[in-house]
Amino acid sequence: MSLRDRGAITGVGETRYSRNSGRSVVALQMEASLAAIADAGLTPKDIDGIIAYAASGVVAEDFVTNFGIPDLRFSATTPMGGASSVAAVQCAVAVLSAGVCRHVLIPLGRNGFSESRIGSRVRQMPQFRTVAEFEMPIGNIAPAQLYAPMARRHMELYGSTSRQFGEIAVTTRRHAGLHGNAMMTKPITLEDHQQSRMIADPLRLLDCSLESDGAAAVVVTAAEHARDAKKRPVYVSGVGEGHPDSPSAITQRPDLTTLGTAKAAPRAFAMAGVTPADIDVAEIYDCFTYIVLCQLEDLGFCDKGEGGAFVEGGALGLGGRLPVNTHGGLLSQAHMAGLNHIVELVRQLRGEGGATQVPDAEVGLVTGYGDMGDGAVAIMRRG
Amino acid sequence: MSEDAYTRPVPEPSRDTRPYWDALNEGRLVIQECAGCKRLRHYPRPVCDVCYSMDVEWRQVSGRGSLHSWTVAHHPFHPGFKTELPYVLATVDLEEGVRMIAQLRGVAPDEVAVGLPVQVAFERATDQLTLPVFRKREGK
Ligand SMILES: [Zn+2]
Repeated sequence: MSLRDRGAITGVGETRYSRNSGRSVVALQMEASLAAIADAGLTPKDIDGIIAYAASGVVAEDFVTNFGIPDLRFSATTPMGGASSVAAVQCAVAVLSAGVCRHVLIPLGRNGFSESRIGSRVRQMPQFRTVAEFEMPIGNIAPAQLYAPMARRHMELYGSTSRQFGEIAVTTRRHAGLHGNAMMTKPITLEDHQQSRMIADPLRLLDCSLESDGAAAVVVTAAEHARDAKKRPVYVSGVGEGHPDSPSAITQRPDLTTLGTAKAAPRAFAMAGVTPADIDVAEIYDCFTYIVLCQLEDLGFCDKGEGGAFVEGGALGLGGRLPVNTHGGLLSQAHMAGLNHIVELVRQLRGEGGATQVPDAEVGLVTGYGDMGDGAVAIMRRG
Repeated sequence: MSEDAYTRPVPEPSRDTRPYWDALNEGRLVIQECAGCKRLRHYPRPVCDVCYSMDVEWRQVSGRGSLHSWTVAHHPFHPGFKTELPYVLATVDLEEGVRMIAQLRGVAPDEVAVGLPVQVAFERATDQLTLPVFRKREGK
Protein backbone atom coordinates (compact mmCIF):
# COMPACT_ATOMS: atom_id res chain seq x y z
CA MET A 1 0.00 0.00 0.00
CA SER A 2 1.28 3.43 -0.88
CA LEU A 3 0.36 6.75 0.68
CA ARG A 4 0.00 8.27 -2.78
CA ASP A 5 -2.98 10.63 -2.91
CA ARG A 6 -4.39 9.18 0.33
CA GLY A 7 -4.44 12.59 1.97
CA ALA A 8 -4.87 16.18 0.86
CA ILE A 9 -4.19 19.59 2.30
CA THR A 10 -7.61 21.17 2.58
CA GLY A 11 -6.85 24.29 4.60
CA VAL A 12 -3.98 26.70 5.19
CA GLY A 13 -3.60 29.71 7.46
CA GLU A 14 -1.01 32.20 8.65
CA THR A 15 -0.69 35.20 10.91
CA ARG A 16 1.19 38.31 9.89
CA TYR A 17 4.92 37.82 10.29
CA SER A 18 6.87 40.33 12.35
CA ARG A 19 9.66 40.97 14.82
CA ASN A 20 7.30 41.68 17.67
CA SER A 21 3.93 40.00 17.60
CA GLY A 22 2.97 41.33 21.03
CA ARG A 23 1.06 38.10 21.56
CA SER A 24 1.63 34.75 23.17
CA VAL A 25 2.86 31.82 21.13
CA VAL A 26 -0.33 29.96 22.03
CA ALA A 27 -2.46 32.83 20.70
CA LEU A 28 -0.45 33.01 17.49
CA GLN A 29 -0.89 29.29 16.83
CA MET A 30 -4.61 29.45 17.59
CA GLU A 31 -5.10 32.34 15.15
CA ALA A 32 -3.28 30.55 12.31
CA SER A 33 -5.10 27.29 13.07
CA LEU A 34 -8.55 28.92 13.11
CA ALA A 35 -7.72 30.45 9.72
CA ALA A 36 -6.61 27.09 8.31
CA ILE A 37 -9.69 25.30 9.67
CA ALA A 38 -12.01 27.93 8.18
CA ASP A 39 -10.12 27.72 4.89
CA ALA A 40 -10.89 24.00 4.85
CA GLY A 41 -14.59 24.68 5.43
CA LEU A 42 -14.44 22.91 8.79
CA THR A 43 -15.15 23.91 12.37
CA PRO A 44 -12.51 23.52 15.08
CA LYS A 45 -14.47 20.61 16.59
CA ASP A 46 -14.01 18.66 13.32
CA ILE A 47 -10.30 18.35 14.05
CA ASP A 48 -9.60 14.85 15.35
CA GLY A 49 -5.82 14.66 14.92
CA ILE A 50 -3.04 17.08 15.87
CA ILE A 51 0.69 17.02 15.19
CA ALA A 52 2.02 19.83 17.36
CA TYR A 53 5.45 21.43 17.18
CA ALA A 54 6.61 20.51 20.64
CA ALA A 55 9.72 22.71 20.49
CA SER A 56 7.43 25.75 20.54
CA GLY A 57 6.01 24.69 23.90
CA VAL A 58 2.49 24.42 22.48
CA VAL A 59 1.00 20.93 22.59
CA ALA A 60 -2.12 19.10 21.40
CA GLU A 61 -3.76 19.69 24.77
CA ASP A 62 -3.74 23.44 24.12
CA PHE A 63 -5.88 22.93 21.03
CA VAL A 64 -8.24 20.51 22.73
CA THR A 65 -8.76 23.08 25.47
CA ASN A 66 -9.07 26.19 23.30
CA PHE A 67 -11.28 24.61 20.65
CA GLY A 68 -13.28 22.30 22.91
CA ILE A 69 -12.37 19.36 20.67
CA PRO A 70 -14.66 16.57 21.91
CA ASP A 71 -12.80 13.50 20.67
CA LEU A 72 -9.18 13.85 19.63
CA ARG A 73 -8.21 10.48 18.22
CA PHE A 74 -4.57 11.06 17.38
CA SER A 75 -1.70 13.22 18.54
CA ALA A 76 2.01 12.99 17.86
CA THR A 77 5.08 15.11 17.36
CA THR A 78 7.72 14.79 14.65
CA PRO A 79 10.77 16.42 16.19
CA MET A 80 13.11 16.88 13.22
CA GLY A 81 13.88 20.58 13.52
CA GLY A 82 13.14 22.26 10.20
CA ALA A 83 12.15 18.92 8.67
CA SER A 84 9.36 18.57 11.24
CA SER A 85 6.68 20.24 9.15
CA VAL A 86 7.01 18.06 6.05
CA ALA A 87 7.61 14.98 8.20
CA ALA A 88 4.35 15.83 9.96
CA VAL A 89 2.58 15.68 6.61
CA GLN A 90 3.90 12.15 6.08
CA CYS A 91 2.79 11.18 9.58
CA ALA A 92 -0.64 12.74 9.01
CA VAL A 93 -1.26 10.99 5.70
CA ALA A 94 -0.18 7.66 7.18
CA VAL A 95 -2.68 7.83 10.05
CA LEU A 96 -5.43 9.28 7.85
CA SER A 97 -5.05 6.49 5.31
CA ALA A 98 -5.23 3.96 8.14
CA GLY A 99 -8.57 5.41 9.21
CA VAL A 100 -7.39 6.55 12.61
CA CYS A 101 -8.91 10.02 12.12
CA ARG A 102 -10.20 12.36 9.39
CA HIS A 103 -8.66 15.81 9.77
CA VAL A 104 -5.17 16.39 11.15
CA LEU A 105 -4.17 19.90 12.18
CA ILE A 106 -0.47 20.79 11.86
CA PRO A 107 0.26 24.08 13.65
CA LEU A 108 3.55 25.87 14.14
CA GLY A 109 4.37 29.23 15.63
CA ARG A 110 6.87 31.10 17.73
CA ASN A 111 8.05 34.42 18.98
CA GLY A 112 11.39 33.63 17.40
CA PHE A 113 12.55 37.22 17.34
CA SER A 114 11.02 38.83 20.39
CA GLU A 115 11.35 35.98 22.89
CA SER A 116 13.65 33.03 22.12
CA ARG A 117 16.59 33.66 19.79
CA ILE A 118 18.35 30.84 18.04
CA GLY A 119 21.62 30.96 20.00
CA SER A 120 19.86 29.93 23.19
CA ARG A 121 17.08 27.79 21.74
CA VAL A 122 18.88 24.81 20.25
CA ARG A 123 20.82 24.00 23.39
CA GLN A 124 17.71 22.68 25.09
CA MET A 125 16.70 20.28 22.30
CA PRO A 126 17.49 16.58 22.92
CA GLN A 127 18.63 16.16 19.30
CA PHE A 128 21.42 18.57 20.19
CA ARG A 129 22.57 16.70 23.30
CA THR A 130 25.81 15.50 21.72
CA VAL A 131 26.54 18.90 20.20
CA ALA A 132 25.81 20.53 23.54
CA GLU A 133 28.34 18.30 25.31
CA PHE A 134 31.17 18.17 22.80
CA GLU A 135 30.85 21.16 20.49
CA MET A 136 29.21 24.05 22.28
CA PRO A 137 31.99 24.19 24.91
CA ILE A 138 34.53 24.87 22.15
CA GLY A 139 32.37 27.60 20.60
CA ASN A 140 30.37 25.67 18.00
CA ILE A 141 27.05 27.03 19.20
CA ALA A 142 24.51 28.00 16.56
CA PRO A 143 23.23 26.44 13.33
CA ALA A 144 25.20 28.93 11.19
CA GLN A 145 28.41 27.65 12.76
CA LEU A 146 27.36 24.00 12.70
CA TYR A 147 26.38 24.11 9.02
CA ALA A 148 29.10 26.39 7.62
CA PRO A 149 31.64 23.54 7.30
CA MET A 150 29.17 21.71 5.02
CA ALA A 151 29.13 24.72 2.70
CA ARG A 152 32.91 25.09 2.91
CA ARG A 153 33.46 21.43 2.08
CA HIS A 154 31.16 21.77 -0.95
CA MET A 155 33.07 24.84 -2.12
CA GLU A 156 36.38 23.02 -1.75
CA LEU A 157 35.23 19.85 -3.52
CA TYR A 158 33.06 21.31 -6.25
CA GLY A 159 34.06 24.94 -6.68
CA SER A 160 30.73 26.41 -5.65
CA THR A 161 31.02 30.08 -4.70
CA SER A 162 29.64 32.65 -2.30
CA ARG A 163 28.23 34.57 -5.30
CA GLN A 164 26.20 31.49 -6.21
CA PHE A 165 24.84 31.40 -2.66
CA GLY A 166 24.04 35.08 -3.19
CA GLU A 167 21.93 34.30 -6.26
CA ILE A 168 19.59 32.37 -3.99
CA ALA A 169 19.36 35.24 -1.50
CA VAL A 170 18.67 37.84 -4.21
CA THR A 171 15.96 35.80 -5.94
CA THR A 172 14.26 34.89 -2.69
CA ARG A 173 14.18 38.53 -1.58
CA ARG A 174 12.59 39.55 -4.88
CA HIS A 175 9.79 37.05 -4.32
CA ALA A 176 9.29 38.32 -0.76
CA GLY A 177 8.87 41.85 -2.07
CA LEU A 178 6.00 40.75 -4.29
CA HIS A 179 4.28 38.43 -1.83
CA GLY A 180 2.39 40.64 0.59
CA ASN A 181 3.18 38.90 3.91
CA ALA A 182 6.95 38.93 4.25
CA MET A 183 9.28 40.52 6.79
CA MET A 184 12.06 41.56 4.42
CA THR A 185 10.86 43.22 1.22
CA LYS A 186 13.58 45.68 0.20
CA PRO A 187 15.33 44.34 -2.91
CA ILE A 188 18.98 43.31 -2.59
CA THR A 189 21.72 42.87 -5.17
CA LEU A 190 24.53 40.36 -5.45
CA GLU A 191 26.88 43.12 -4.32
CA ASP A 192 24.76 43.70 -1.22
CA HIS A 193 25.13 40.01 -0.49
CA GLN A 194 28.88 40.05 -1.01
CA GLN A 195 29.26 43.04 1.28
CA SER A 196 27.04 41.75 4.06
CA ARG A 197 29.00 40.92 7.19
CA MET A 198 30.43 37.49 7.75
CA ILE A 199 28.56 35.42 10.35
CA ALA A 200 30.25 32.02 10.11
CA ASP A 201 32.55 31.86 7.11
CA PRO A 202 31.51 31.23 4.35
CA LEU A 203 28.00 32.19 5.48
CA ARG A 204 27.29 35.92 5.41
CA LEU A 205 24.39 37.73 7.02
CA LEU A 206 22.38 37.55 3.78
CA ASP A 207 22.95 33.78 3.61
CA CYS A 208 21.09 33.39 6.90
CA SER A 209 17.38 33.04 7.53
CA LEU A 210 15.33 35.37 9.69
CA GLU A 211 14.20 35.05 13.27
CA SER A 212 10.50 35.68 13.30
CA ASP A 213 7.31 36.04 15.30
CA GLY A 214 4.19 34.47 13.87
CA ALA A 215 2.41 31.21 13.14
CA ALA A 216 1.18 29.02 10.31
CA ALA A 217 -1.10 26.00 10.17
CA VAL A 218 -2.39 23.45 7.69
CA VAL A 219 -5.19 20.89 7.78
CA VAL A 220 -4.56 17.50 6.20
CA THR A 221 -7.71 15.51 5.37
CA ALA A 222 -8.22 11.88 4.40
CA ALA A 223 -8.75 11.64 0.64
CA GLU A 224 -12.30 10.30 0.92
CA HIS A 225 -13.32 13.37 2.93
CA ALA A 226 -11.22 15.90 1.00
CA ARG A 227 -13.67 15.95 -1.87
CA ASP A 228 -16.13 17.77 0.38
CA ALA A 229 -13.65 20.54 1.19
CA LYS A 230 -14.56 24.16 0.55
CA LYS A 231 -11.69 24.62 -1.87
CA ARG A 232 -9.92 22.45 -4.36
CA PRO A 233 -7.90 19.91 -2.34
CA VAL A 234 -4.17 19.66 -2.89
CA TYR A 235 -3.20 16.00 -2.80
CA VAL A 236 -0.05 14.64 -1.23
CA SER A 237 1.16 12.42 -4.06
CA GLY A 238 4.55 11.48 -2.69
CA VAL A 239 6.19 11.99 0.67
CA GLY A 240 9.21 10.75 2.58
CA GLU A 241 11.64 11.54 5.34
CA GLY A 242 15.32 10.70 5.52
CA HIS A 243 17.89 10.82 8.27
CA PRO A 244 21.58 11.34 7.64
CA ASP A 245 24.25 8.85 8.55
CA SER A 246 25.44 9.64 12.05
CA PRO A 247 22.79 12.19 12.99
CA SER A 248 24.32 13.08 16.37
CA ALA A 249 26.47 15.89 15.00
CA ILE A 250 27.36 17.38 11.62
CA THR A 251 31.01 16.71 12.39
CA GLN A 252 30.44 12.96 12.38
CA ARG A 253 28.64 12.76 9.04
CA PRO A 254 30.85 10.75 6.63
CA ASP A 255 29.90 12.97 3.66
CA LEU A 256 29.29 16.55 4.71
CA THR A 257 27.83 17.45 1.30
CA THR A 258 24.80 15.14 1.42
CA LEU A 259 21.67 15.50 3.55
CA GLY A 260 18.93 13.09 4.64
CA THR A 261 17.06 14.62 1.70
CA ALA A 262 19.03 12.31 -0.61
CA LYS A 263 17.32 9.31 1.04
CA ALA A 264 13.86 10.87 1.20
CA ALA A 265 13.69 12.22 -2.36
CA PRO A 266 13.74 8.94 -4.33
CA ARG A 267 10.96 7.59 -2.09
CA ALA A 268 8.81 10.67 -2.61
CA PHE A 269 9.33 10.83 -6.37
CA ALA A 270 8.68 7.10 -6.81
CA MET A 271 5.50 7.31 -4.75
CA ALA A 272 4.23 10.25 -6.77
CA GLY A 273 5.26 8.70 -10.08
CA VAL A 274 6.92 11.90 -11.25
CA THR A 275 10.48 13.11 -11.86
CA PRO A 276 12.18 16.42 -11.07
CA ALA A 277 11.37 17.56 -14.63
CA ASP A 278 7.66 17.43 -13.75
CA ILE A 279 7.92 19.92 -10.87
CA ASP A 280 6.37 23.30 -11.72
CA VAL A 281 7.24 25.08 -8.46
CA ALA A 282 9.40 24.15 -5.46
CA GLU A 283 9.38 25.51 -1.91
CA ILE A 284 12.77 24.44 -0.60
CA TYR A 285 13.80 24.76 3.03
CA ASP A 286 16.20 27.66 3.22
CA CYS A 287 17.59 28.15 6.70
CA PHE A 288 20.76 29.07 4.79
CA THR A 289 21.30 29.72 1.08
CA TYR A 290 23.74 26.82 0.78
CA ILE A 291 21.16 24.39 2.13
CA VAL A 292 18.96 25.18 -0.89
CA LEU A 293 21.84 24.53 -3.26
CA CYS A 294 22.66 21.21 -1.58
CA GLN A 295 19.04 20.06 -1.60
CA LEU A 296 18.66 20.84 -5.32
CA GLU A 297 21.40 18.25 -5.84
CA ASP A 298 20.03 15.74 -3.33
CA LEU A 299 16.56 16.07 -4.90
CA GLY A 300 17.94 15.27 -8.33
CA PHE A 301 17.34 18.60 -10.04
CA CYS A 302 21.04 18.47 -10.93
CA ASP A 303 24.02 16.24 -10.20
CA LYS A 304 26.03 16.44 -6.96
CA GLY A 305 28.42 19.35 -7.28
CA GLU A 306 26.39 21.22 -9.92
CA GLY A 307 24.04 23.10 -7.64
CA GLY A 308 26.13 26.25 -7.93
CA ALA A 309 25.85 26.37 -11.71
CA PHE A 310 22.17 25.40 -11.49
CA VAL A 311 21.15 28.45 -9.47
CA GLU A 312 22.98 31.01 -11.65
CA GLY A 313 21.24 33.40 -14.01
CA GLY A 314 17.98 33.69 -12.10
CA ALA A 315 17.07 30.03 -12.57
CA LEU A 316 15.13 30.00 -9.31
CA GLY A 317 13.09 33.10 -10.12
CA LEU A 318 9.60 33.44 -11.56
CA GLY A 319 9.92 32.47 -15.20
CA GLY A 320 13.18 30.65 -14.48
CA ARG A 321 13.77 26.97 -14.97
CA LEU A 322 12.58 26.09 -11.45
CA PRO A 323 10.75 28.81 -9.52
CA VAL A 324 11.76 28.37 -5.87
CA ASN A 325 10.45 29.91 -2.65
CA THR A 326 7.79 32.08 -4.22
CA HIS A 327 6.88 33.42 -0.75
CA GLY A 328 10.36 34.59 0.15
CA GLY A 329 11.22 31.54 2.23
CA LEU A 330 12.89 31.56 5.61
CA LEU A 331 15.45 33.96 4.18
CA SER A 332 13.02 36.80 3.55
CA GLN A 333 9.43 35.92 4.43
CA ALA A 334 9.70 34.44 7.94
CA HIS A 335 11.18 31.49 9.81
CA MET A 336 8.26 29.22 10.53
CA ALA A 337 10.39 26.06 10.33
CA GLY A 338 9.09 25.38 6.84
CA LEU A 339 5.38 25.21 7.58
CA ASN A 340 5.16 28.49 5.65
CA HIS A 341 6.66 26.61 2.68
CA ILE A 342 3.77 24.12 2.78
CA VAL A 343 1.23 26.94 3.02
CA GLU A 344 2.81 28.62 -0.01
CA LEU A 345 2.91 25.45 -2.09
CA VAL A 346 -0.78 24.84 -1.46
CA ARG A 347 -1.61 28.40 -2.51
CA GLN A 348 0.45 27.98 -5.68
CA LEU A 349 -1.32 24.74 -6.59
CA ARG A 350 -4.71 26.33 -5.93
CA GLY A 351 -3.86 29.28 -8.13
CA GLU A 352 -3.97 31.62 -5.10
CA GLY A 353 -0.33 32.69 -5.45
CA GLY A 354 -1.09 36.31 -6.24
CA ALA A 355 1.83 38.33 -7.58
CA THR A 356 4.21 35.36 -7.33
CA GLN A 357 1.88 32.79 -8.87
CA VAL A 358 3.66 30.36 -11.18
CA PRO A 359 1.28 30.14 -14.15
CA ASP A 360 -0.72 26.93 -14.30
CA ALA A 361 1.24 25.19 -11.55
CA GLU A 362 -0.06 21.62 -11.29
CA VAL A 363 2.69 19.68 -9.51
CA GLY A 364 4.93 21.09 -6.80
CA LEU A 365 7.48 20.04 -4.24
CA VAL A 366 8.21 21.15 -0.69
CA THR A 367 11.11 20.18 1.53
CA GLY A 368 12.18 20.45 5.13
CA TYR A 369 15.67 20.24 6.53
CA GLY A 370 16.69 20.20 10.14
CA ASP A 371 18.96 19.38 13.03
CA MET A 372 22.02 17.41 11.85
CA GLY A 373 20.81 16.87 8.29
CA ASP A 374 17.30 15.43 8.54
CA GLY A 375 15.42 15.83 5.29
CA ALA A 376 11.76 15.52 4.35
CA VAL A 377 10.17 15.85 0.93
CA ALA A 378 6.55 16.09 -0.20
CA ILE A 379 5.26 16.23 -3.75
CA MET A 380 1.79 17.66 -4.15
CA ARG A 381 -0.64 18.05 -7.02
CA ARG A 382 -3.77 20.10 -7.47
CA GLY A 383 -6.97 18.09 -7.25
CA MET B 1 40.06 29.82 36.60
CA SER B 2 37.37 28.72 38.97
CA GLU B 3 34.11 27.36 37.57
CA ASP B 4 32.22 30.38 38.90
CA ALA B 5 34.09 32.91 36.75
CA TYR B 6 33.79 30.84 33.61
CA THR B 7 31.10 32.18 31.26
CA ARG B 8 31.16 29.64 28.43
CA PRO B 9 29.04 26.49 28.06
CA VAL B 10 30.47 23.58 30.03
CA PRO B 11 29.92 19.92 29.21
CA GLU B 12 27.75 17.78 31.44
CA PRO B 13 29.41 14.38 31.05
CA SER B 14 27.36 11.22 31.36
CA ARG B 15 28.48 7.77 32.48
CA ASP B 16 29.13 7.02 28.79
CA THR B 17 31.34 10.03 28.14
CA ARG B 18 33.15 10.89 31.37
CA PRO B 19 36.38 8.99 30.57
CA TYR B 20 36.89 11.24 27.53
CA TRP B 21 36.76 14.37 29.66
CA ASP B 22 38.80 12.86 32.49
CA ALA B 23 41.57 12.01 30.02
CA LEU B 24 41.59 15.54 28.58
CA ASN B 25 42.14 16.82 32.11
CA GLU B 26 45.26 14.63 32.20
CA GLY B 27 46.45 15.96 28.85
CA ARG B 28 45.51 12.86 26.89
CA LEU B 29 43.13 12.38 23.97
CA VAL B 30 41.29 9.08 24.24
CA ILE B 31 38.75 7.59 21.88
CA GLN B 32 36.29 4.76 22.52
CA GLU B 33 37.32 1.39 21.17
CA CYS B 34 34.86 -1.47 20.82
CA ALA B 35 36.09 -4.35 22.95
CA GLY B 36 34.34 -6.75 20.58
CA CYS B 37 35.59 -5.76 17.13
CA LYS B 38 38.26 -3.16 18.01
CA ARG B 39 36.70 -0.40 15.90
CA LEU B 40 37.12 3.16 17.13
CA ARG B 41 34.09 5.40 17.41
CA HIS B 42 33.42 9.01 18.31
CA TYR B 43 31.55 10.73 19.93
CA PRO B 44 31.36 8.35 22.92
CA ARG B 45 28.22 6.21 23.09
CA PRO B 46 27.25 2.89 24.64
CA VAL B 47 26.88 0.56 21.62
CA CYS B 48 29.14 -0.41 18.71
CA ASP B 49 27.11 0.16 15.54
CA VAL B 50 28.86 -2.73 13.76
CA CYS B 51 28.94 -5.65 16.23
CA TYR B 52 26.56 -4.19 18.89
CA SER B 53 28.95 -4.95 21.70
CA MET B 54 28.46 -2.73 24.74
CA ASP B 55 31.94 -3.45 26.07
CA VAL B 56 34.13 -0.39 25.76
CA GLU B 57 37.82 0.32 26.03
CA TRP B 58 39.50 3.69 25.74
CA ARG B 59 42.47 4.08 23.46
CA GLN B 60 44.90 6.98 23.63
CA VAL B 61 45.35 8.31 20.10
CA SER B 62 48.07 10.33 18.41
CA GLY B 63 46.13 13.58 18.08
CA ARG B 64 47.52 13.88 14.56
CA GLY B 65 45.08 14.62 11.80
CA SER B 66 44.23 16.70 8.77
CA LEU B 67 41.60 19.33 8.19
CA HIS B 68 38.35 18.04 6.68
CA SER B 69 36.50 21.37 6.70
CA TRP B 70 36.20 24.50 8.81
CA THR B 71 34.39 27.71 9.58
CA VAL B 72 35.57 31.02 10.93
CA ALA B 73 33.19 32.31 13.57
CA HIS B 74 32.64 36.05 13.32
CA HIS B 75 29.33 36.52 15.11
CA PRO B 76 28.95 36.02 18.87
CA PHE B 77 26.11 33.55 19.26
CA HIS B 78 27.20 33.14 22.88
CA PRO B 79 28.47 36.04 24.99
CA GLY B 80 31.26 33.89 26.44
CA PHE B 81 33.03 33.77 23.09
CA LYS B 82 32.69 37.43 22.16
CA THR B 83 36.23 38.41 23.11
CA GLU B 84 37.71 35.55 21.12
CA LEU B 85 36.22 36.44 17.70
CA PRO B 86 37.13 35.63 15.03
CA TYR B 87 38.07 32.03 15.76
CA VAL B 88 38.52 29.01 13.51
CA LEU B 89 36.49 25.85 14.18
CA ALA B 90 38.35 22.96 12.59
CA THR B 91 36.68 19.69 11.62
CA VAL B 92 39.53 17.20 11.61
CA ASP B 93 40.03 13.63 10.41
CA LEU B 94 42.30 11.96 12.97
CA GLU B 95 44.84 9.47 11.65
CA GLU B 96 43.04 6.75 13.58
CA GLY B 97 39.95 7.27 11.42
CA VAL B 98 37.54 9.26 13.58
CA ARG B 99 36.47 12.85 13.24
CA MET B 100 36.50 15.59 15.85
CA ILE B 101 36.16 19.35 16.07
CA ALA B 102 38.12 21.92 18.03
CA GLN B 103 39.37 25.45 17.67
CA LEU B 104 42.41 25.86 15.47
CA ARG B 105 45.11 27.99 17.04
CA GLY B 106 47.92 29.94 15.44
CA VAL B 107 46.78 29.75 11.82
CA ALA B 108 45.60 32.84 9.97
CA PRO B 109 42.11 32.37 8.49
CA ASP B 110 43.46 32.74 4.93
CA GLU B 111 46.04 30.02 5.59
CA VAL B 112 43.37 27.45 6.42
CA ALA B 113 42.81 24.78 3.78
CA VAL B 114 41.44 21.27 3.49
CA GLY B 115 44.20 18.77 4.24
CA LEU B 116 46.11 21.10 6.57
CA PRO B 117 48.10 18.85 8.93
CA VAL B 118 47.24 19.46 12.58
CA GLN B 119 48.14 18.19 16.04
CA VAL B 120 45.91 18.24 19.07
CA ALA B 121 46.90 20.26 22.15
CA PHE B 122 45.18 20.87 25.46
CA GLU B 123 43.98 24.08 27.08
CA ARG B 124 42.81 24.24 30.65
CA ALA B 125 39.53 26.15 30.81
CA THR B 126 38.67 25.71 34.49
CA ASP B 127 39.90 23.64 37.41
CA GLN B 128 37.68 20.82 36.19
CA LEU B 129 37.65 21.30 32.41
CA THR B 130 40.31 20.90 29.74
CA LEU B 131 39.40 21.49 26.11
CA PRO B 132 41.17 20.14 23.04
CA VAL B 133 42.55 22.57 20.44
CA PHE B 134 44.41 22.00 17.21
CA ARG B 135 47.66 23.55 16.10
CA LYS B 136 49.30 23.39 12.72
CA ARG B 137 51.64 20.40 12.53
CA GLU B 138 55.00 21.02 10.90
CA GLY B 139 56.55 18.34 8.74
CA LYS B 140 54.45 15.33 7.95
ZN1 LIG C 1 32.20 -3.63 17.59
